[in-house]
Amino acid sequence: MKLKPNIATSEAGFLFNPATGDSFAANPLAADILARARAGQDAAAIKADILERYDVAPGQLEKDWDDLLAQLRDFNLLA
Amino acid sequence: MPLPTSRPRLTVAVTGLNATDSPGPGVAVIRALRESPDFELRIIGLSYEALEPGIYLRELVDKTYQLPYPTAGTAALLERLRYIQEQEDVAVLIPNFDAELFNFIKLEAPLRALGIRTFLPTLAQLEARDKLNLPAFGAAHGLRVPASQPLFDIAELPAAAEALGWPLVLKGRYYDAAVVHSLAQAEQAFLRLSGQWGVPLIAQQFVAGQEINIAGLGDGHGRALSAVPMRKLTITDKGKAWAGITLEDEALLALARRFAEATKWRGGFELELLRTAADELVILEINPRFPAWVYLTAAAGQNQPAALLRLALSLPVPVMEGYAVGKMFVRYAWDLITDHTAFQQVAALGEL
Repeated sequence: MKLKPNIATSEAGFLFNPATGDSFAANPLAADILARARAGQDAAAIKADILERYDVAPGQLEKDWDDLLAQLRDFNLLA
Repeated sequence: MPLPTSRPRLTVAVTGLNATDSPGPGVAVIRALRESPDFELRIIGLSYEALEPGIYLRELVDKTYQLPYPTAGTAALLERLRYIQEQEDVAVLIPNFDAELFNFIKLEAPLRALGIRTFLPTLAQLEARDKLNLPAFGAAHGLRVPASQPLFDIAELPAAAEALGWPLVLKGRYYDAAVVHSLAQAEQAFLRLSGQWGVPLIAQQFVAGQEINIAGLGDGHGRALSAVPMRKLTITDKGKAWAGITLEDEALLALARRFAEATKWRGGFELELLRTAADELVILEINPRFPAWVYLTAAAGQNQPAALLRLALSLPVPVMEGYAVGKMFVRYAWDLITDHTAFQQVAALGEL
């Protein structure tokens, strides 16, 4: 998961695409995932941490992860 | 940014004071001019109707004079401007309506003889980008524009729809447009638009995509001195921007530069674009003046009206680089309070 370099993110979870003017609000978990990804953490490490901190089955996490990626792709935010 | 305390005084006249829900650019132009670091300005408003809101914005407009409608012709306009110049020492005049530009361009030399400077496109430039000539303009300069054709009679609608497909965009000669999906809708829109703006109307192929506008300033020698792209975030039922945001996109700036270079555009302009799903930029319309949202250019760091003022005075203007991306405007409605005597003075005497 790699955001386009021009996408601005805030600690509060807001994303801004300066090329389209679109703004998005991520929920706290999504914001945390995006911040970790931007900091260079790979997907496996982020997922492992989520499995440790949250009561979620690995299969469900994979499904939700794919949903998040699909949404980010739809919103034209991924590099 | 604080303005220098001692600036030379200058009088500038501006039209387009109709800051309504389909606004003229005058009030935004004046607001930007007021932030000029070069001059302390006396602003003369030039109005056509007694209820144009800018007349009563006394903190922005020092004095207003009514002008004859453009249909009265250049002689009536020159006579009125001669009278105004006897009262005021207008150094620069900035017209802001499409429909009045022809007359002001024709009067460039006589106005200069009166001491009034302008910085306008040539008549050839004005005609070339006219909605009626847009397909030829696009072809001549290698710019992508939708197919369109003029409509002089309601009976021409079926053939236009056959050629351009549904939905169809019907546009007034100068202002207003409607997207229609059937012959019945098209006939209704034709009657409304032709009743308001006359014929010909323009039937334009509908293009789906994201609407983007660029406000720009050409130096008349092929350079775009400024270009600021904006995406509308909220539009009125007339399609006018009620909120917008500046964008960062090199392709948009390159298009504005290409337009200025190809046309040697002189003065303010607005490109109305669509970005298609295939990422193509299509020019829907070229407005030969600043847009009503032009204050956003000043707020974002490229004060286009103040730069045009310098150009009109033959002062140097460097190419402006960089602007604040993500700078937004949100328009609002405000009830100006005035007195009936002020209104009567405008309506009866033509000045306030």
